[in-house]
Amino acid sequence: MPVPAPGAIDCDVHVALPGTHVLVPYLDDYWREHILTRGLDRDNLDIGAYPPGSPLSARPDWRPAKGNPGTDLALLQSQLLDRVGTQYAILNCLHGAQVIFGEDLSAALCRAINDWIAAEWLDRDPRLRASIVIPMHSPELSAAEIERVAPDRRFVQVVMLVMGELPLGRRQHWPIYQAAERHGFAIGVHAGSSYRHAPTSLGWPSYYLEDYVAQSSGFAGALNSLVTEGVFVQFPRLKVVLMESGVSWLPNYMWRATKTWRAARIEVPWNKRSPAELVREHVRLTTQPFDAPSAAEVARIVAEIGSDEVLLHSTDFPHWQFDGEDAVPEGIPEALMRKILVDNPLQTYPRLS
Amino acid sequence: MARHVVASLGEIAPGDCKIVTVQGREIGVFNVGGEHFALINRCPHEGAPLCRGVLVGLAESDRPGQFRLVRQGEMLRCPWHGWEFDIRTGQSWCDPDSVRARSYAVTVEPGETLAKGPFVAETVPVSVEREYVVVEV
Repeated sequence: MPVPAPGAIDCDVHVALPGTHVLVPYLDDYWREHILTRGLDRDNLDIGAYPPGSPLSARPDWRPAKGNPGTDLALLQSQLLDRVGTQYAILNCLHGAQVIFGEDLSAALCRAINDWIAAEWLDRDPRLRASIVIPMHSPELSAAEIERVAPDRRFVQVVMLVMGELPLGRRQHWPIYQAAERHGFAIGVHAGSSYRHAPTSLGWPSYYLEDYVAQSSGFAGALNSLVTEGVFVQFPRLKVVLMESGVSWLPNYMWRATKTWRAARIEVPWNKRSPAELVREHVRLTTQPFDAPSAAEVARIVAEIGSDEVLLHSTDFPHWQFDGEDAVPEGIPEALMRKILVDNPLQTYPRLS
Repeated sequence: MARHVVASLGEIAPGDCKIVTVQGREIGVFNVGGEHFALINRCPHEGAPLCRGVLVGLAESDRPGQFRLVRQGEMLRCPWHGWEFDIRTGQSWCDPDSVRARSYAVTVEPGETLAKGPFVAETVPVSVEREYVVVEV
């Protein structure tokens, strides 16, 4: 169904670099020369998880006449923000800079991307908010970038990919979570992989179809790691937002993890509450896509999650998750509508207020 | 309620359990550091012989990476699924309000008192010179 009223907060909107060359003005002298002499400005450093030509990566009617999907502010305004009456849209820029092996190059490009987002998007439309792009395989440099950007309140979240070098709960990542918690950023975990490892636990798949479907099991693994390693005990004010996860896998994770925790919790005695309870308090999921065959199934899954605070409205613009105006999955209970569209995002992102 | 003599004092060594049948139900009688406790030998989860599980301490922690073992020997781990039960109350650790094993009051009585009755001691002969473990069922 369409978003029923103006004022919704859209928690997953994609912007993309037209090309690495746009970052050149945002680099310092050393990195500008480095990138120009290497010719990296002519490499789009695409992350690979969303091939620009793939049907999923842009709805046909949202695809720009030229250039990559998500590169045109005017299209975002006319196709989404003005049409829906969006209050805020949280921009996520997925880019190879996040996962480049060289930590310092990765950090330099991420700094440039964040400054580019501020100048080219946030400065040009007051409805826009954004996630900080970080060199996620370098937690210390990531934390430094969070500290650097924190004074700009238009950044409300830190974005990571669901599949990186290590499961997200591992302690190596904790400097990121510590910095995020200190400044009131949510940690946004988006579908995608740094491809250090196969995107399935079985090895490398052959097809994009397999890769995209496997994202939801990646989310279950990442969430399992965050919960079990005690991230929500160590950082009790932290919220983690799972973006583009598919949603309907979540009740299964909650049951299985809670059942096993009852037997094996002595391994992780810091978790005094069940995984299901920790998820309900700390974890949020964006609503597009919502993998369910019917409105009745959507309603059942929402009931099984067992909290009206877990879901956050998203369109996943310009990815092709729905047609026409039907951004809200059929079957979301009417009583939850305002929470999903407005209240839950405001609770999840304190920097929006 | 009747009082049943289930063992002589010293018969159950510290850390051990004697499984007895009282009024048709199996009960595990434990000696934890000289104190005696009794739980039904049936796990409220899936019906496992609970009292054949191992007595362990209670693992606690305030932070990831921190481990503290308290109440040593006072938690009974079910042999099937590893759920922990408090030997003193029968309450499960994971869901203490709704998942609990039936527990029974245990006392140690001198044989002289027991000789005056009323008590039931089908299998444990009572001598007035000794002390006995008595379970109320």
